[in-house]
Amino acid sequence: MNPFAEAWRLLTSGDLYVREVVLRSLAISGSALALATVIAVPIGVAVALGRFRLRLPVIVLLNTGLALPPVVVGLAVYLLLSRSGPLGALQLLYSPAAMVAAQVVLAGPYIAAVTLAAVDAVPSDVRLQARGLGATRLRAVALHVREARWSLVAAVAAGFGAIVSEVGAAMIVGGNILGRTRVMTTTIVLETRRGNFGVAIALGTVLLVLALAVNLTLLALAGWGRRDSPRRGSRRPITS
Amino acid sequence: MSPPELLVGEGLRRVAGSRTLLDVDRIAVHEGELLAVLGPNGAGKSTLLRTLALLETPTSGSVRLGDLRGPDAERALRARSAFVFQRPHMWEGTVRWNLELGLRLRGLPREGVGAIAASLGLDPLLEADARTLSAGETQRVALGRALLLSPDVLFLDEPTANLDAEVRASIREDLDRVARSRARSILLATHDRSEAFYLADRVAVLRSGRLAQVGRPSELFENPADPFIAAVTGAELSLRGRVTGGDDQVVEVDVDGVRMIAVGRASVGTSVRIGYRPEDLLISVRPPEGSARNRIRSRIREVRSLGALVRLRLEGPPELVAVVTRASAAELGLAEGRDVWVQVKATALHAFET
Repeated sequence: MNPFAEAWRLLTSGDLYVREVVLRSLAISGSALALATVIAVPIGVAVALGRFRLRLPVIVLLNTGLALPPVVVGLAVYLLLSRSGPLGALQLLYSPAAMVAAQVVLAGPYIAAVTLAAVDAVPSDVRLQARGLGATRLRAVALHVREARWSLVAAVAAGFGAIVSEVGAAMIVGGNILGRTRVMTTTIVLETRRGNFGVAIALGTVLLVLALAVNLTLLALAGWGRRDSPRRGSRRPITS
Repeated sequence: MSPPELLVGEGLRRVAGSRTLLDVDRIAVHEGELLAVLGPNGAGKSTLLRTLALLETPTSGSVRLGDLRGPDAERALRARSAFVFQRPHMWEGTVRWNLELGLRLRGLPREGVGAIAASLGLDPLLEADARTLSAGETQRVALGRALLLSPDVLFLDEPTANLDAEVRASIREDLDRVARSRARSILLATHDRSEAFYLADRVAVLRSGRLAQVGRPSELFENPADPFIAAVTGAELSLRGRVTGGDDQVVEVDVDGVRMIAVGRASVGTSVRIGYRPEDLLISVRPPEGSARNRIRSRIREVRSLGALVRLRLEGPPELVAVVTRASAAELGLAEGRDVWVQVKATALHAFET
């Protein structure tokens, strides 16, 4: 059978194997993204708004994290979780948890660095202006971050795109175990080697659709985030 | 008897590195008054306002709101004051959302938005995106959201500085009409003396972070403490001379061979600068009959239109600058080369030792 026709059949028939792999990918990457967001956004905000001695080295570290090779992250997490590693006792290697950990390490610096840049780009006296209207220090920070929220959402969306499509770390720490750690990218590698191009194309198509969705989200958010564009509420009426 | 003090700053100092940004022994805002802090750019006006609002912490000194000091004063200021910045930030959202922001932050009912919007001419814009507003409209929204809080102290940091003349005049009217009715006391920073003198009950002149003089506008106008105050209040300071006589209140000064009588204290022989306001000079084309103690024959060197006013530059000695209305200039036929008489009262001239 033509592999494209096979892929189409797999996608339209809701094939159990394909569906299971897609759902596992979304679950693992979704969990990793949620965890990375919870950790990285406050770090990005704190580094952007804080003035402490090691701020510059931290910024350099976060920016370096943007270019972390997934296989290197996979290797580092593998060494941590392997039987002889410092966290070996947890017996997490070749588990979804290990894959989540690796993806958190991959997405975290990215989200933190973009958060930092976005929050830093908001005029510095916004917090002061909020305080001038009666905001507590915490509410003032929230009102500052609010101004960067579209960039933050874009960062999270881009982070998701990056981790759901990476293969190196997922393969090293997950092991591509059927029914346990097999996700879209590792399945594509495996099924291509086996010559099952239909499955590989079907999963590749899902990944492409996801990438497209992420990009469309980014595009929409970039448009929304532009300061001079009307969003909620109408543009001002013409007055004399 | 003056009204009680509402907000008091004592021994306020702000130091950044080796630079002293602010050094004010004492400043008080009374109940119900509008106190203008007047000074040139860089004088420390914004720093003073932010420090008094406890938005910035002084290096030393204290701020008292009523009887409250320290953290209590800071909490009270956050709850009972509002601050309008020179470049107000409009949060993403509608004009209504921005107007309600202060109420939301303080957990107050979102009431009165329509009324304040109407009084500031913002009602057609309530559902508009706040970031599409002009500078004047933005400043009105900032004023509106501060006034909705009916603050005990309203801090206005150069609210008209970035606006064109027409909008500035209109915002000034809003400040006088709306702000005074909704805020208990107002502290206004400005570098515009006409704004300060038009709006304020008292004016505090700030120079290099220090208070140079505080008083009612008329006091500053009539008795400037030094040449800086005189200049800030619009005086010309081009006349220089030597004291030849006088008493406790006035001095006789020789200015380029012309004898002038001015208010001031200086001993005979000292050099002085004489400050005067061009609008205090009376110009006539015939010998004057008034009681002014200074009468000088002169000739018009230059006539320059200032719109409704005309500025005359007069040949010396002494060289003087006068301002007359356009109608007066036309009626007297004032033109370049025309001989005129200048009269000025001794009380309109202020001599300062140099």
